[in-house]
Amino acid sequence: MTVHSFQEHFDEKMDKDQAIEAKDWMPDDYRKTLIRQIAQHAHSEIVGMLPEGNWITRAPNLRRKAILLAKVQDEAGHGLYLYSAAESLGISRDDMMEQLHSGKQKYSSIFNYPTISWADMGAVGWLVDGAAIMNQVPLCRTSYGPYARAMVRICKEESFHQRQGYEIMLTLANGTEMQKKMAQDSLNRWWWPSLMMFGPPDADSPHTEQSMRWRIKRFTNDELRQRFVDVTVEQARILGLTILDKDLKWNEATGHYDFGTPDWNEFYNILKGNGPCNKERLDVRRKAWEEGQWVREAALAYSDKRRQRKEKKAA
Amino acid sequence: MSQKADSKREWPLWEVFIRSKAGLDHKHAGSLHAADADMAIENARDVYTRRMEGISIWVVESKYIHASDPGDAEILYEPANDKIYRHPTFYNLPDELTHM
Repeated sequence: MTVHSFQEHFDEKMDKDQAIEAKDWMPDDYRKTLIRQIAQHAHSEIVGMLPEGNWITRAPNLRRKAILLAKVQDEAGHGLYLYSAAESLGISRDDMMEQLHSGKQKYSSIFNYPTISWADMGAVGWLVDGAAIMNQVPLCRTSYGPYARAMVRICKEESFHQRQGYEIMLTLANGTEMQKKMAQDSLNRWWWPSLMMFGPPDADSPHTEQSMRWRIKRFTNDELRQRFVDVTVEQARILGLTILDKDLKWNEATGHYDFGTPDWNEFYNILKGNGPCNKERLDVRRKAWEEGQWVREAALAYSDKRRQRKEKKAA
Repeated sequence: MSQKADSKREWPLWEVFIRSKAGLDHKHAGSLHAADADMAIENARDVYTRRMEGISIWVVESKYIHASDPGDAEILYEPANDKIYRHPTFYNLPDELTHM
């Protein structure tokens, strides 16, 4: 086949909603875009362990502690599924680590906010994981097979994350005045950053059209954001908490909630590295990688030694 | 191998296959990195069976998997297309016929 017919074959698969697998021919841009997106997603899972890991030793009781441990462990797992999917496109794990540490590859800017109270474990599970699920569920049907399969696995596990977060909020919201205040304060701080998780408005998102064509994005940023607001408003009402947005109101004509505009300057500023925790998050990741170097080397040395012993015995 | 090259060596990649319950076959679950087979099984347990997804794990170093070329799909699978008589639904039999 010529490159031209390879391209036609690929386009035909896109039109017919068929999956692309690792060994199939694919255009360079498709491969590059996928590597960028999957790596960024994997990094977000791994960096996302930090704001919650922060509270494991201070969870209010053993039940909460066990749950939080399980959740953070899940996130490590999700990062690993995604790194493997990216590796099937021809980038090595070490390259991805290097590019995370150098800042060439990004992670979700939501993890550059601090988790300053226990209520944040509730708000992060409810809102941040809720927004992530909304982004991720459509990706279970994305065009690249290994990515889609990783997403199916992740979405199955993510649901517990959101529910445990909501349960924390529910407990606090029904607790003492002080606890209710904590929950409200946490919602206030996480609401706008959660809306930003869907990315800039469609008008400022130049790659959307191509990504939709490739089925590595299935709904636009604004569509998903609207869907998130529509379901979350009701969830806040059940908690008896208030979303601080004076423009938030039901629109009979559209059948959706109208809502205000997030501070996109803040968003772009964090993207540039100037968020409250950007430096801390990357420093922690780099330190973990550097201090783990001897472990990676020792494991290889041990496996080499055992293999050599075995060969000697056999000889 | 020099010290420098050694520190740049990645743990090899392994493919993980999991039997979800007795009586079923092992199914590909995903892949992971590990220094050797023992570690690959331990890691597979942590990464792929956190929710009782399996009772048995196989790991194979990815470099030992030999795969057919997607470009050969036509040559390999086309011949099966015109042999629909291999399927039971090919045969037109009377409706009153039972136990068949």
